[in-house]
Amino acid sequence: MSVLVLVEHDGKSIKDATLATVTAAAKLGEVHALVAGNNVGAIGDAAAKISGVANVLVADAPHLDHDLAETVAPVAARLMDGHDAFVAPATTFGKNIAPRVAALIDVMQISDVLSVESPDTFTRPIYAGNAIATVKSNDAKKVLTVRTTAFDKAPSVGGSASIEQADAGSDAGTSSFVSMEASESERPELTSAKVIVSGGRAFGSSEQFHALLDPLADKLGAAVGASRAAVDAGYAPNDYQVGQTGKIVAPQVYIAIGISGAIQHLAGMKDSKTIVAINKDEEAPIFQVADIGLVGDLFKIVPELTEKL
Amino acid sequence: MKILVAVKRVIDFNVKPRVKMDGSGVDLANVKMSMNPFDEIAVEEAIRLKEKGLATEIVAVSIGPAKAQETLRTALAMGADRAILVQTDEEVEPLAVAKIFAKISAEEQPQMVILGKQAIDDDNNATGQMLAALLGWPQGTFASKVEAGGDAVTVTREVDGGLETVELKLPAVVTTDLRLNEPRYASLPNIMKAKSKPLATKSPGDYGVDVARRLETLRVVEPAKRQAGIKVGSVDELVERLHGLGIAK
Repeated sequence: MSVLVLVEHDGKSIKDATLATVTAAAKLGEVHALVAGNNVGAIGDAAAKISGVANVLVADAPHLDHDLAETVAPVAARLMDGHDAFVAPATTFGKNIAPRVAALIDVMQISDVLSVESPDTFTRPIYAGNAIATVKSNDAKKVLTVRTTAFDKAPSVGGSASIEQADAGSDAGTSSFVSMEASESERPELTSAKVIVSGGRAFGSSEQFHALLDPLADKLGAAVGASRAAVDAGYAPNDYQVGQTGKIVAPQVYIAIGISGAIQHLAGMKDSKTIVAINKDEEAPIFQVADIGLVGDLFKIVPELTEKL
Repeated sequence: MKILVAVKRVIDFNVKPRVKMDGSGVDLANVKMSMNPFDEIAVEEAIRLKEKGLATEIVAVSIGPAKAQETLRTALAMGADRAILVQTDEEVEPLAVAKIFAKISAEEQPQMVILGKQAIDDDNNATGQMLAALLGWPQGTFASKVEAGGDAVTVTREVDGGLETVELKLPAVVTTDLRLNEPRYASLPNIMKAKSKPLATKSPGDYGVDVARRLETLRVVEPAKRQAGIKVGSVDELVERLHGLGIAK
């Protein structure tokens, strides 16, 4: 069985999400990596070094810049003539493109795969992770997105795959990239950070959110996350959101501060190795999943914690 | 411009889902059901486009059991003009839903189809993208801002690295993210008025779409439970524990 993996990259380097996706794909068969983009020769070379990748297909053309689904999906769909499965990371990048590929080849996608039980059977979370379904696909070909925190990252070195050019197709002409407002941060990325400090609505304002959490995060070398309530209130940008519909994270240590623990939030972080909760309400549901809890006023605790660490 | 909005009847987002003892699924008997929250945002966005004079008619469509009529009535009470229920007691997968929507789109000729980015029951996040693929239309997924004008729509998308803005030629598919808008509550007079708005009932067969499942659910189980841990009494103790975990040493 040959598996086409859609490589997520930013034009400069390959994203960690790709490495976990390769691990998942390798459980199905021989991994062929699709690198689509503009001037992505170096990305193709890097993909060839990923351990477990047998072949790299590079689709390089100006119209493949910015990962527009309308243009990338047909490139992948055409390559599916020679592949049995298509696997993409369940990131906003993969979620945007994979279902479009699936529909083009008339396959029902299996979203957010947690484990590969056999070549046609997978587990995936439903109902915000409150239930885990085992599903068997009866389609001849498979299309999956994988939850990247559920798979180890394949080593980014050690491989020596062959590289070939793939048909880059043409500009679909229906969509165009306008702009990207990137969140600039010196901190680690949320989805790959070892430690995350995450804040909720209890911070009361954007100023206090940052004044209290940023120094703590800096001290811990941590990424900063937020609950939906904090993002909705404008304390933190959208890409900080951890939860059912935001980012799924599983760091070594997740420190939830002023977060009550709605099921939608828990869905995004309950696979963290150790969960620490700081909340003034000792009945808050977050304490039911926390390994270490501290009940008290975050406005006193957080500065003291930052100082003493 | 005519807009089609998709609405799904799902478990209310405040209800904690319970897995059935026999492992066949989640128990939905006597559970409060509501419109999928992302679909409420889709309906609201369509109404706002109509209020701005950019849309002329809003057609709400649901695929589901007879009770999905209630969900459609909610959409009508919010401000949709008419509704179509494609009635079936089967659980219809995103690919089949997208095929039915593609057929309805061919009939209705909307300039835009707005859907929630995912339903909070199966969490697939696939229908909008699949519909766009089947129609050959561009897609603006995970939208936090929609600006329509002329023959294009500009969509700002919530992506992992921040906010991305794309321009799509109409007709287009848009899927909503949480911060696109805050849906309105239907007023009592509007709820009354919605009762007399047209609601057509169809079947998947009317559209020639086979809704047989491609994915077979073998079993559904509860996730491994985390045990509640310990509570510490002071910041000093917390610091000690964190050092014990090997961080910030």
